Amino acid sequence: MSADAAAIGAVAAVGAATVLAGAFGMRRGRTTSDFYVASRSVTPRWNAAAIGGEYLSAASFLGIAGLILAYGFDVLWYPVGYTAGYLVLLALVAAPLRRSGAYTLPDFAEIRLGSAVVRWIASLLVVLIGWLYLLPQLQGASLTLSTQTGAPRWLGGLVVSAVVLTAVGVGGMRSITFAQAFQFWLKFTALLVPAVVILVVWQHRGDGLPDGYPTAPTSITVTVRAATAVDVPTAETITIDGTLDAHPVTGLVVVGAGEHHLGAGTRVTLRHGDVVPVVKSLPAQRNVDWLRPLGSGRPHPLYASLSLILAICLGTMGLPHVLVRFYTNPDGRDARRTTLVVIVLLSSFYLLPTLFGAIGRRYVPDLLLTGNTDATVLLLPERMLAGLPGVILSALVTAGAFAAFLSTASGLTVSVAGVLSQDVLGTGRDRHRPQRLRSQRLRAFRLGAVAAIGVPYLLSLPSEHLGLAAVVGLAFAVAAATFCPLLILGIWWPRLTDAGAVAGLVTGGLLATAAVVVTVFGAAGGGWFGALLDQPAAWAVPLAFLVMVTVSLATSSRRPRDVNRVMTRLHAPEALAKELAELRPSSR
Amino acid sequence: MNERVRVIHPRTEAARRVATRPASREIDEQTGLGELYMRTLIRSQRRLALLVCATVTVLLGGCALLGAYVPRLDTVRIAGVALPWVVLGVLIYPVMIGIGMYTVRQAERNESAFIEIVRRRP
Repeated sequence: MSADAAAIGAVAAVGAATVLAGAFGMRRGRTTSDFYVASRSVTPRWNAAAIGGEYLSAASFLGIAGLILAYGFDVLWYPVGYTAGYLVLLALVAAPLRRSGAYTLPDFAEIRLGSAVVRWIASLLVVLIGWLYLLPQLQGASLTLSTQTGAPRWLGGLVVSAVVLTAVGVGGMRSITFAQAFQFWLKFTALLVPAVVILVVWQHRGDGLPDGYPTAPTSITVTVRAATAVDVPTAETITIDGTLDAHPVTGLVVVGAGEHHLGAGTRVTLRHGDVVPVVKSLPAQRNVDWLRPLGSGRPHPLYASLSLILAICLGTMGLPHVLVRFYTNPDGRDARRTTLVVIVLLSSFYLLPTLFGAIGRRYVPDLLLTGNTDATVLLLPERMLAGLPGVILSALVTAGAFAAFLSTASGLTVSVAGVLSQDVLGTGRDRHRPQRLRSQRLRAFRLGAVAAIGVPYLLSLPSEHLGLAAVVGLAFAVAAATFCPLLILGIWWPRLTDAGAVAGLVTGGLLATAAVVVTVFGAAGGGWFGALLDQPAAWAVPLAFLVMVTVSLATSSRRPRDVNRVMTRLHAPEALAKELAELRPSSR
Repeated sequence: MNERVRVIHPRTEAARRVATRPASREIDEQTGLGELYMRTLIRSQRRLALLVCATVTVLLGGCALLGAYVPRLDTVRIAGVALPWVVLGVLIYPVMIGIGMYTVRQAERNESAFIEIVRRRP
């Protein structure tokens, strides 16, 4: 009970702090410019912490550790990719994007190509990627709250949506910057402190990881929520109360190796040393294979690893909530420095989930039976430390997890709402209608925010819980197949045309989305075909590039006439741009 | 009488004015010369970007392929942890930070070299 109270207290504290930071920002920020982009008065350090805060989502905080517990070494590519994505962004996009003056990806498309169609397609994609990314955040929130307090499955997502809408509605971007930076440090602390404690306890106990299948570290009772198929790696005698293979059973049962079916509500009690049955959707691997590269037990692991790396490295630049942050840098040089600080922050953070996942394989292997591996980080501290210290650490990780949902969800909500209010409700920062009242614009923005988070919340209610990091990986794949070619070619290749951009965005968007839909509904099947659909980036990204380049070359007459001026604007250092502005004071 | 008088050639002023026509004006007016300046800057930045991307590709791809084709690497242990975990879990991050630092420094160097050229054109 006291553990529940501590978890609820932690969630309440994080929520209150977020809204307070929002109110604080509001007191200081009064203009529309403050509301949208924090008046560009944010220093690289603050901004980098804010980017880190926004970027480290439920997938990073909970998902990676869970995937490591289930799949092992190959999952280490997720955090490496999440960091390397910023390296690619730093080299290719950071400074020119800031100099373009684009606030959203559709803005960039319009500035570079001067085409309303490209803008419209880009808006559609921002909303799609934003929703695809928000969905797992809200599911993660629900999972966390129900794991820690037994609350109903719909509550966590609702809490996150409400807090985000309050903070966004009250404060806008300025407050979000403070809140995000605060949340980065909260998340980092919330993972660092338990990680250190766990490591010390683990060293103290001197437990190694045995080579065989994962075994229960102590006596554990697991209740299976719905009817489940499980793999029992070796024949053994375990205690089961409920239904096993359609027969009612109570007490000790001899279970043969192979596939078995557990009925809904069945209780499985594992004694110390019992081999843990593994839910059918996860691979039952011996620890010695689990430790090995390409030992994840998934089909075509090398292809999957390489395609995943590509998706994450190239998808980062196309995430809508990342881009908005770059606009709050004062200039292109600061945009680069901010990105470098982000890389340093992420590098420190991503050392931690690996530790949780690897030690979790030893102490919370029962999650393999429920399939609920995203709960690794949440359960591990309590499992390893009895009594009050365990409760306190557990409350701390719960707070960190909620910070993760809140920060990513609010960042995404702001950017999707910005696009919805500008391009769908049509009342954004419309240059051609300056008489638009500020209050009207803000009302549209708030309305957009409700749609931005409301829709994925409703979608999160019925859909089955997929692995957090896996769904986020799909959002990365869509971003990599669409916005990555648009940004890279738009910034570095003057011959890009609007027709080429449209063709490339549509090709990449349709291919990646189709692969996502097939994978999410589980229709992909196994073999090469399934592997290709599961990780679409390796073929969808090159195809999108190819189409964009080919169509652009074929429609060279459509090249924008002001392309040289735009290229100058993207690449000329600000110091020089100032001189340019002085040369023609009237034309700006 | 012995006051110093500065003697100047009547055409020096005019000549100097032509010479100090700033390159930024060329860029702003999109003259052929201005475009050439910009193209040089963009080319140097593009070369840097490609170099960094190639390095990242070799680094990540190399690690993936080594892990796949040299399975004996995981028998090597550092403080009880298998080498692939040490590399991908820890060591790769400082390497990426190093590449990032190089990128920032080099990009800023390219820019200041460009500003230098533009400001004091021969």
